[in-house]
Amino acid sequence: MSLNPTHQTLTVLVENKSGVLARISGLFARRGFNIISLAVAPTDDERFSRVNLVIDVEETSVEQITKQLFKLVNVVKITELHPADAVERELLMMTVAVSPEQRSEVIELVGIFEGKIVDVGTSAVTVMVAGEPDRLDDFEDLMRPYGIAELQRTGRVALPKARKAS
Amino acid sequence: MEQVEVVFGLPGGCILPAYDPILDSPIRHILVRHEQGAGHMAEGYAHVTGRPGVALVTSGPAATNLVTPLCDAYMDSVPMVAITGQVGRPVIGTDGFQECDTVGITRSVTKHNELIMDPDEIPLIVRQAFLLATTGRPGPVLIDVPKDVLQAQMDWSWPSDDEVAGSLPGYKPTLKGHPRMIKEAARLLADARRPVIYAGGGILKSRAAEALAQLAERTGIPVVTTLMARGAFPDDHPLCLGMPGMHGNYTAITAMQNSDLLVALGTRFDDRVTGKVDSFAPDAKVIHVDIDPAELGKIRQPDVPIVGDCKQVISEIVRALADLELPDLGEWRSRISGWQERFPLYYEPHVQGDALKPQQVMEVLRDSAPEGTILASGVGQHQMWASQYWRFNEPYTWVNSGGLGTMGFSVPAAIGAKVGRPDRTVWAVDGDGCFQMTAQELVTASSERIPIKVAILNNAYLGMVRQWQEMFYEERYSEVYLSPDLPDYVKWAEAMGCVAFRVEDPEEVEPVIAKANSIDDRPVVIDFRTDSREKVFPMVPAGASNDDVVVHPAQKPTDKKVVQ
Repeated sequence: MSLNPTHQTLTVLVENKSGVLARISGLFARRGFNIISLAVAPTDDERFSRVNLVIDVEETSVEQITKQLFKLVNVVKITELHPADAVERELLMMTVAVSPEQRSEVIELVGIFEGKIVDVGTSAVTVMVAGEPDRLDDFEDLMRPYGIAELQRTGRVALPKARKAS
Repeated sequence: MEQVEVVFGLPGGCILPAYDPILDSPIRHILVRHEQGAGHMAEGYAHVTGRPGVALVTSGPAATNLVTPLCDAYMDSVPMVAITGQVGRPVIGTDGFQECDTVGITRSVTKHNELIMDPDEIPLIVRQAFLLATTGRPGPVLIDVPKDVLQAQMDWSWPSDDEVAGSLPGYKPTLKGHPRMIKEAARLLADARRPVIYAGGGILKSRAAEALAQLAERTGIPVVTTLMARGAFPDDHPLCLGMPGMHGNYTAITAMQNSDLLVALGTRFDDRVTGKVDSFAPDAKVIHVDIDPAELGKIRQPDVPIVGDCKQVISEIVRALADLELPDLGEWRSRISGWQERFPLYYEPHVQGDALKPQQVMEVLRDSAPEGTILASGVGQHQMWASQYWRFNEPYTWVNSGGLGTMGFSVPAAIGAKVGRPDRTVWAVDGDGCFQMTAQELVTASSERIPIKVAILNNAYLGMVRQWQEMFYEERYSEVYLSPDLPDYVKWAEAMGCVAFRVEDPEEVEPVIAKANSIDDRPVVIDFRTDSREKVFPMVPAGASNDDVVVHPAQKPTDKKVVQ
């Protein structure tokens, strides 16, 4: 999930109601829009949730996607986040098949990426790294030669940079 | 309250608790024979009154039967509120009897829908539904109510307008046009030499027919009215060019193709209007006014996009034109009248011994119609002939299924229209294929004393499909023959409580229509036996450019091969 010029992040503030996510994913499916990454969580105000969407704007213009999204009655606000104006983070958890001899190499790399070892077995470790999505891509590449047994990424969350927001 | 006078519906298990109070309610309930009928009746009612049509049905199969009308209303932006019963809350999700995921199934064919899980929320959700259905871009809204929610006790409340608006933080339709864009639109209007006003159904939805007439008369710009906008600008007005599109008339299509400015008002550049988009009105700048921002730039990038209510924006544009000097469009209009003279609508006259000409039936129907007659139609050839040959001189006199193209729309929609406008004569023009899809609602019409009139243009075929097979599939007629007399339409109509006639002789067309017009105590059905060889012309073949409009073979030497 590297910095792709056709990928764009939308932060969508929605009413915190059942079915809202289905409305959004249904809209994307029927209009033929593509979701690259999706993360949903409540906000500090319990009436609303924030949906972070990474979309591919190569096929459809971000303008059309935004306008269609905004037609959903439960969508309150949409912010287009340009990477330069936003802070984006993602969490990765990975189980790496690694022998006890190579374990220290992996631990060292996890340290460089400011990650954590969350579980250790005789022939595998589970690690957790949070960071910018393209940094996580780099980490994934570095781990691949050891053998990735399992991988889970959260999808990215994003906020406008503090100085832009204020 | 929401001032609902009439509800179209059919009861069943889960909606029973809502039906009991109907016995004591001033609201008129019209008992349909199939839930699809209830939906189209609600649409027909909304089309002619501008008020939301209401359909009330039970859960499961009743809700799924309502899907087609909901989608139809969604495509044509018809204000409608549908209320469906649902299994009790404890049963939801267990595949209970007559359970289906109604909000899931209807999510993509409604403007909004809600499953009410808390009885105290009923008043607010009902109010939201009516607000959403009727404001902004109108559309269908569905409320799904579990049986035990209908039976529960609740504290009565009736939210104020402000409370309803406040409960929808994400819903704020823009009504007023952006002043800079209005100014820019006025400037383009003053600069254009070959402008055309491209008026869509949004004119009717925003009740902007008068404003449109002002704009046309102030500027002298000719107007095309799309299938959804027939009647939004009077057909007998000298500036009216009639319907554009796949079966529009030559002049409307060609004027748009040659225009240097399209003033698109409440319309969405549907593929049936544009033909091949890349070659649609290639030299035209576009002013696009729509209340739905997503329509602007969806198909064609406008030079001047204006989000707003058509009525308000058109008036704003007219005001902005006050200080501008407008060009003389005499040359453009004379070019247009040249096309009108050369390529009027045409069909070959009836020959002794042949079946009736459907176009001729339409003309007689039109000329015999009492003032203010409302015309409903199904979908297919008869719909196109109805739109082409009728003279729509008044808004809200045309009820049809444009976007979804729902066969069977005509009879129930005409019933709904007649319920909404009992003072008007309502004719349903139908094809024999369409009629067989929803004819059972004539039982509803008879028992509820709703005296609509139905003209079946019976050519014994699925005529439009036949036309395509003739033109594009080398006359290989696959599964389009229906038979002229199976069913026997006269006996069938009589069995449903209607007066019925059959007409085969051209001499009888007029007297039988006159007789039908004189009957006002029950529905009338006329089975017109029409010529199956008749095709709808002009025609822009699907996917072709609007430059390649095919006129009636008699109007042009057939030097141009028809290609799909």
